Amino acid sequence: MTVKLPIYMDNHATTPMDPRVLEAMLPYFTEKFGNAASRNHSCGWAAEEAVEYAREQSAKFIGAKSEKEIVWTSGATESNNLALKGVAEFYADKGNHIITAKTEHKAILDTCKRLEKDGVQVTYLDVGTDGSVDPDDVKKAITDKTILVSVMLANNEVGTINRIAEIGKITREKGVLLHTDAVQGVGKIDFDVEAMNVDLASITAHKMYGPKGVGALFVRRSKPRVRIVAQIDGGGHERGMRSGTLNTPSIVGFGKAADIMMKEGREESARIFKLRERLRAKLYGALDELVWNGAEDPWHLPGNLNLSFSFVEGEAMMMAIKDVAVSSGSACTSASLEPSYVLRAMGVDEELAHTSIRFGLGRFNTEEEVDYVAALVIDHVSRLRNMSPLYEMHKEGIDLKSIEWAAH
Amino acid sequence: MAYSTKVIEHYENPRNVGTLDKEDENVGTGLVGAPACGDVMRLQLKINPETEVVEDAKFKTFGCGSAIASSSLVTEWVKGKTITEAMKLSNTQIVEELNLPPVKIHCSVLAEDAIKSAIEDFKRKKAARADAAK
Repeated sequence: MTVKLPIYMDNHATTPMDPRVLEAMLPYFTEKFGNAASRNHSCGWAAEEAVEYAREQSAKFIGAKSEKEIVWTSGATESNNLALKGVAEFYADKGNHIITAKTEHKAILDTCKRLEKDGVQVTYLDVGTDGSVDPDDVKKAITDKTILVSVMLANNEVGTINRIAEIGKITREKGVLLHTDAVQGVGKIDFDVEAMNVDLASITAHKMYGPKGVGALFVRRSKPRVRIVAQIDGGGHERGMRSGTLNTPSIVGFGKAADIMMKEGREESARIFKLRERLRAKLYGALDELVWNGAEDPWHLPGNLNLSFSFVEGEAMMMAIKDVAVSSGSACTSASLEPSYVLRAMGVDEELAHTSIRFGLGRFNTEEEVDYVAALVIDHVSRLRNMSPLYEMHKEGIDLKSIEWAAH
Repeated sequence: MAYSTKVIEHYENPRNVGTLDKEDENVGTGLVGAPACGDVMRLQLKINPETEVVEDAKFKTFGCGSAIASSSLVTEWVKGKTITEAMKLSNTQIVEELNLPPVKIHCSVLAEDAIKSAIEDFKRKKAARADAAK
């Protein structure tokens, strides 16, 4: 068995581009280079046509009624910023309260922090031990000042899928807008802005085998009509919601990536789920003291496997399996020295958070790769545990919590 | 973040991994760090009670590659030294030898603490024996 190294299993961070997407994009760099805003010549029309086609593909992909509900952005961070800041500014007369959750992406949390400085009240909901937001908690947090609820479709670290349809019922009933950062879930699990009563949704191409640097914000146009204040001023592109010359090749890539996902996503998710379960079964078969992080299926992304390898620090683990690209919730992978805030919000002990590894399986992973990675991980976890004083103490029956550790 | 070749070398071929009998009166054990902080080092030194020379050193470490490399390095360094000499080893020497970046300096501090803590344990045992003999 030979596999090509390095092996990429970090598909929550980004995905490799599908060659079909690249093929669709190529003509728009050189031959069809026009500015989609040039209304008076054929070069502009060709670009505009391509952009509008991608808009249709993308609207269909998320179940939007009209392609006019898609606003192109530079990525999900911008989409999240635009959704939150744009709504807060437009609806300032109606209220100043936003509800979100502690496990959201930093693009949401840091935007909320900025808004707080401007006088917006933000409620950061706790999550359950499985990482999910309880729709009842959303209901209880809504006040007459609430203008927006923002809850992610699926979590990027632990793969937990939120009950967006249930939350959508509540927000619709209460007359509050619902935004979801759909980046990790869209295409991989069911997502439909109409069926789920979603009013704004952020998506990005590079998490679905498209190019980096292009995203979209779905902004509902009817029942209710959602209004936002643009955060980038200029030529009034995108119906005044986001100025800037459109990035035609990337937008074409976005549309193509969405189209492929729409046609193949269901089958692909089933295949990826099998790979994940194969990896999980192999690891659990050979190693003890593993802890599954995140919700149980079916409320877990098919390609996500987030495990705590107790007594083995995450960064040491990543160093050991350096030919495999994965992520860790360990502090040591960041400058802050704080372990993953998502795991902490779920109530995972800091000690266990330090030992977590996230495998993100995707379109281009194979069974051979899974087998290779499983064998490698088993080997190194065993090696590192033999080197771990904590594992030895655990095996001697010492309760690690009974020891007074000197914090440093 | 890229690791220095010395860190990688120690991490991949750690010296002196293991356990000494902590009940042995000539073995000093230092257990420093905390699981919640992501690193715990256990350093054990077997010390000659007459000459106070470190005759053997073993470690086990829960932590990142730099923490493992730092502990591996100090086991090499302390062997053959008297405890007075070993007490003088400082974390900056470890930082220099392993070329540790600023975010990893705490690993070297921990390794220095581990030496001191192991030697103190040895001294404590020795003093307790002397007391018992009185």
